[in-house]
Amino acid sequence: MLTFIVRRLLQTIPVIIGVTILTFSLMHLIPGDPAQIMAGESASPEQIELMRERLGLNDPLPIQYFDYLKGIIQGDLGNSIRSGREVSGEIALRLGNTVELAFYSTVLSVFIGLIAGVISAVRRYTFIDTFVMIIALFGLSMPAFWLGLMLIRYVAINSDLFAASGWGTWSQMVLPIITLGTAGAAIIARMTRSSMLEVIDQDYIRTARAKGVKEQVVVYRHALKNALIPVVTVVGLQFGSLLGGAVITESVFAINGIGRLIVDSIRSRDFPIVQGGILVLSVLFVVVNIIVDIAYRYLNKRIDLN
Amino acid sequence: MTKATDTLIEEPILEIRNLQTSFFTDKFEVKAVDGVNFAVPKGKTLGIVGESGSGKSITSLSILRLIQNPGKVKGGEVIFKGENLLDKTEAQMRQIRGNEISMIFQEPMTSLNPVYTVGQQISESFQIHQKMSKKEAMLRSVEMLKLVGIPSPERRVKQYPHELSGGMRQRVMIAMALACDPELLIADEPTTALDVTIQAQILELMKDLQNRLGMSIIMITHDLGVVAETCDYVAVMYMGKVVEYAAVKDLFKHPKHPYTVGLLNSLPRHDIDLEDEELQVIKGSVPSPADMPKGCRFAPRCPFASEICRERLPDLEESEDGNQIRCWIYTDEWDGEPEVNVNGERTS
Ligand SMILES: Nc1ncnc2c1ncn2[C@@H]1O[C@H](COP(=O)(O)OP(=O)(O)O)[C@@H](O)[C@H]1O
Ligand code: SF4
Ligand SMILES: [Mg+2]
Repeated sequence: MLTFIVRRLLQTIPVIIGVTILTFSLMHLIPGDPAQIMAGESASPEQIELMRERLGLNDPLPIQYFDYLKGIIQGDLGNSIRSGREVSGEIALRLGNTVELAFYSTVLSVFIGLIAGVISAVRRYTFIDTFVMIIALFGLSMPAFWLGLMLIRYVAINSDLFAASGWGTWSQMVLPIITLGTAGAAIIARMTRSSMLEVIDQDYIRTARAKGVKEQVVVYRHALKNALIPVVTVVGLQFGSLLGGAVITESVFAINGIGRLIVDSIRSRDFPIVQGGILVLSVLFVVVNIIVDIAYRYLNKRIDLN
Repeated sequence: MTKATDTLIEEPILEIRNLQTSFFTDKFEVKAVDGVNFAVPKGKTLGIVGESGSGKSITSLSILRLIQNPGKVKGGEVIFKGENLLDKTEAQMRQIRGNEISMIFQEPMTSLNPVYTVGQQISESFQIHQKMSKKEAMLRSVEMLKLVGIPSPERRVKQYPHELSGGMRQRVMIAMALACDPELLIADEPTTALDVTIQAQILELMKDLQNRLGMSIIMITHDLGVVAETCDYVAVMYMGKVVEYAAVKDLFKHPKHPYTVGLLNSLPRHDIDLEDEELQVIKGSVPSPADMPKGCRFAPRCPFASEICRERLPDLEESEDGNQIRCWIYTDEWDGEPEVNVNGERTS
């Protein structure tokens, strides 16, 4: 298990390097001269040249990249163009909110998704099954921004219980979590259902019943644990994509997170922040996937460890 | 219709009367078990034989009421120790499953839960039926593994099914089934998926355990060789019905039903030279349940089939030696050749 974890960690090194190459290229892929953009619309040619020198844009690309990498390792992601503050600081300030939002949304999707999926599977082909699956289809097809706006329009405005913006108190957090978690709940519900249906027909389930095991125990102990194995991977991917999905939800609910920071920075052409934000989200995504892999490996003892 | 008990001196631990189990598909009803009768004498082994699809597994699952949708036990009686299991509540059935009646299955590779250790799975029986603590149950599981001849049971008990061979897993299944000292063990083709040497070991083990623990066994198989080795009585099934029920020694010496004779003739024989004796098989194959023959189910494949066979279904009748047979030849109504030598060259 330990060697597996170490190997898995080593495997992420090229991925992270790839991500840094991408974010580095971002700087050079944007239309126009980065120095011009960074120096501002009204900068004089001298100021632009100064900026070019400061950013090291006159160096050959590989040197520029290694400087960039060196900065990242030292925790230096550059400075915001707009505020001049350190990008790492700006991100650190908001990372907590984003991770919290993604985490609670994942918890919600797992909770609702598992319950709905199991109920559907146990009552397969009944009215309840059909009903749950139709709801899931709705959940899956609703765009997050639309759901968010609907929740604000019809829930937040009509009730003192829920706030329409901000992050921190439960009344502020509930609606964004629902907004972000709904699609995930739907995906997990469908996944759990099909996984359960596959497992429930297995011979070992019949063995459990023949032993005199109660039907609930058959479902939750014997079937669900097997059915969960494929679901775990989905949950991990879910959390990763929720980090991205947070961009929309944070914008709709005016939450001060990385997602909204990135969107705002794109609008104001504050590229160091965009770069840093994407880098941090990507690394987070990779880390979550490693954790999921390890959990998956732990759950799936059937797979040989080599 | 005669009752299976009439022929038996021993008191039956289980008696099945006119058991009917069907699967309801979109268009029609598949009568997987269609009026089955037999009895299992106490402490003895009853074999159920028949080609694949004849309803053996469904019969055994019906006894424990483990038939899943779209299947349904439609009627009949399953009398276990004097009580009809079909009248029991689900909670009462759970008390019986794995406790008084246990079952082992054909596929040792897939019949154990891959995410629990062998010990956890055996322990569960003790925990459910004997309310043992986890610790106690685990200790007893080690003993059970020892009983079924698994070496270093203390180590094995902590292993997952994938770490065990097929033969080992079947031993684990047997350990699990026998944990609570059941009175009846139903073994559904316990050795079919195993290779020949392992097969012999498992059958040996089951016989040995039966002698020590005194349980009754239903041995389901499509292999008459297994029946000869392990059973006292045998019920031959064809298309959801018992066609012959007899003591094993009678069945092998004087098989009566043409289907039984066909099965016996398709067995490789050791007492005659195989080189100049072609292995005979029953011609044709089992018809699909959709076009169930109207008369005797075996008529389309039976070399003796006559007018009455195709028109009317024969009853399961007791013959003069006390065994039971479902064939027109042995009735007064027989309209075919007056002197039929069903048993042909097998009787010497
Ligand atoms: N799930 C099912 N759905 C429909 N028909 C089934 C199902 N299971 C079994 N059957 C029917 O029951 C018949 C008997 O099956 P089974 O008892 O498993 O045969 P055996 O164990 O003798 O090989 C099969 O031929 C099949 O037509
Ligand atoms: S009843 Fe007729 S068809 Fe059926 S087994 Fe006897 S002889 Fe053959
Ligand atoms: Mg079978």
